[in-house]
Amino acid sequence: MLEAQGLGKSYGNRQVVAGLSLSVAAGEIVGLLGPNGAGKSTTVAMLCGLVAADQGRVFVGDGTRRLELTEDTPGAKRRIGVVPQELSIYENLGAAANLMLFGALYGLAGALLRERVEAALQLVGLADRAGDKPQLFSGGMKRRLNIAAALVHDPDILIFDEPTVGVDPQSRNAIFDNLELLKDRGKALLYTTHYMEEAERLCDRVVIMDHGQVVASDTLQGLYKRLPAVATLELEVDGAVDLAALGKEPGITRPTQDGARLHAGVADLGQAAPALLSWLAARGHAVHRISSGRADLEDIFLSLTGRQLRD
Amino acid sequence: MNFTAFRALVRKDLILYFSNRRALIMSIAAPIVIAAFFGAIFGSPGDKPTRIPIALADRDASVLSQAIGAAIKADPAFEVTSGEEAAMVELARHGKVRAAIVLPAGLGAEAPRALMLGGAKPVVAVHYDPSQAAAMTLVRGLLTQHVMKALGDSVGGGARGAGSFSLPFTTEAVESTARRDAPYNSYSHSFAGMGVQFILFMGIEVGVGVLLARRLGLWKRLRAAPLSRSLLLGSHIVSGAITALILLAIIYAAAIGIFHVRVDGSVAGFIGIAIAFALLTSSFGLLIAAIGKTPEATRGLAIFATLVMVMLGGAWVPSFIFPPWLQTASLVVPTRWAVDGLDAMTWRGLGFEAAVMPIVMLLAFSVLFAAVAIWRFDWEEPRS
Repeated sequence: MLEAQGLGKSYGNRQVVAGLSLSVAAGEIVGLLGPNGAGKSTTVAMLCGLVAADQGRVFVGDGTRRLELTEDTPGAKRRIGVVPQELSIYENLGAAANLMLFGALYGLAGALLRERVEAALQLVGLADRAGDKPQLFSGGMKRRLNIAAALVHDPDILIFDEPTVGVDPQSRNAIFDNLELLKDRGKALLYTTHYMEEAERLCDRVVIMDHGQVVASDTLQGLYKRLPAVATLELEVDGAVDLAALGKEPGITRPTQDGARLHAGVADLGQAAPALLSWLAARGHAVHRISSGRADLEDIFLSLTGRQLRD
Repeated sequence: MNFTAFRALVRKDLILYFSNRRALIMSIAAPIVIAAFFGAIFGSPGDKPTRIPIALADRDASVLSQAIGAAIKADPAFEVTSGEEAAMVELARHGKVRAAIVLPAGLGAEAPRALMLGGAKPVVAVHYDPSQAAAMTLVRGLLTQHVMKALGDSVGGGARGAGSFSLPFTTEAVESTARRDAPYNSYSHSFAGMGVQFILFMGIEVGVGVLLARRLGLWKRLRAAPLSRSLLLGSHIVSGAITALILLAIIYAAAIGIFHVRVDGSVAGFIGIAIAFALLTSSFGLLIAAIGKTPEATRGLAIFATLVMVMLGGAWVPSFIFPPWLQTASLVVPTRWAVDGLDAMTWRGLGFEAAVMPIVMLLAFSVLFAAVAIWRFDWEEPRS
């Protein structure tokens, strides 16, 4: 439904995006992850037709309806809905008036426009506030209206650029419900974020960017398989542990210690946990607490780039 | 007192202020430019005084009237155009000269008699531009001086120091307005000047609105829609022009309804100038959007530019007191054409032909502003 082939963009001597390829199919949510400055926003801008790529091409649609996206292909742009990171709504126009405007930009008019506006407001739970101005809304309601503005022309592809920044948990859950509903309706959704838990909850596939390039693109299961450790152990221990020696133990990866808290990745929880406890006991470290967890996207990013996602 | 905190707060304010270079430049440049403007207008003691353009019609063609005419022409205070009465009066009416002096037929015969024997005095008509009435006092004073000198020369010095004689002529001050029966309404010019100024301020808001839309991400949403660049910019030009036109209509409705300002000239010309000025306003706004960076700094800079344009346009002080170079320079300022055009269609009562040049110039400036705006407009999203 949405396909980017070898996108590249430079500003002066600075290469912001290099050779980026990705695709999003109908009924799929693809997460675009990366730390600040990874090139996510420029990628999104190229995928929306806001910025012309120096290299590469973007296509929307499938089969005979496939179109290349350029600034001069309104047919392709019409099939994309964009939810910018900023609250891109007119604060002193009513909620419905905002949607009427954005629908009109895509050529909708009359009864069809009114119908779409009602449907979009219904979807985001703002039907009863249609006449109110967003300046009276809470942050979460504004975010939902921001999403509705991208839905009103019923696009096949939706691009969300960090749509939950500054949103309370309740509104965030409401937004997630909306996105899952859209996915069920067969929309192709590209979702940029640096919140790991959002990507884990929503995304079927994840594209990880760093320094303008794709460092991994796979399903969540596929990404987890790349990890040297699929689980983590966290222990509260006495004394400073010899991390270099611990890291050489079979099945133990990336041990770190922060005060009394010892953290390590393990390939097989059943074998590694007893072995680690024995190793610590043999070196005189008393263990007061132990807990285990599953490796997450944060660990995947760390293992792929050597950096924290929020660096 | 927590002096560390106090010092840190003061330091913070200073750093923030002085690191905003545009605001800093504005704070320094604005007083310098405005002070230089007023200094140039009012001149320094050593400056050569500005010559006042006047017109002279001699209906008498006597020795005396020719001597008066020669003296007026030789006066360094005046820049004299002479010719037929009707043409000279028309020059005053169009604002091309500050006053038109008409020496009446019979002046050469009647003035010496009135001086020596009394009796009927000839009437010298002075048709003056009422929007610049300050010039009238000077014109009348110098006219009296030249008449008395010429008369004195012709009657053998009898008029010199003629404290015991009454003036051998009277002057009739005639306002060069649309109708002889309707006195000059000073609100006409002030509404033109202030209307132009504050509608240009609205144009600034059009431009700043685009910059704010960029900051808020709204521009991103508009750019993502299947709309051409010309449609996006064109919509701003049209909406800005419509707003300017509505504001101008309301301002003139108040001027007409409350202050009895009249459109004594061509109504079509007035509407034409209003439309051309409205387009100028919106293209000025677009220019601001194209060259501005942040809304805050741009607003300050644009207000400054507008004030300079309005000053040069003659809305604050009459342009005749400008030094000659500034009077010439102000012709390349669009506000001068707008104010002069609105004056021409209201109290001057001129026909459509007088509106043509202001309309052409305002449209030309609109095209220029729009062309620069399109050329300079940054269509790329902010780099990240």
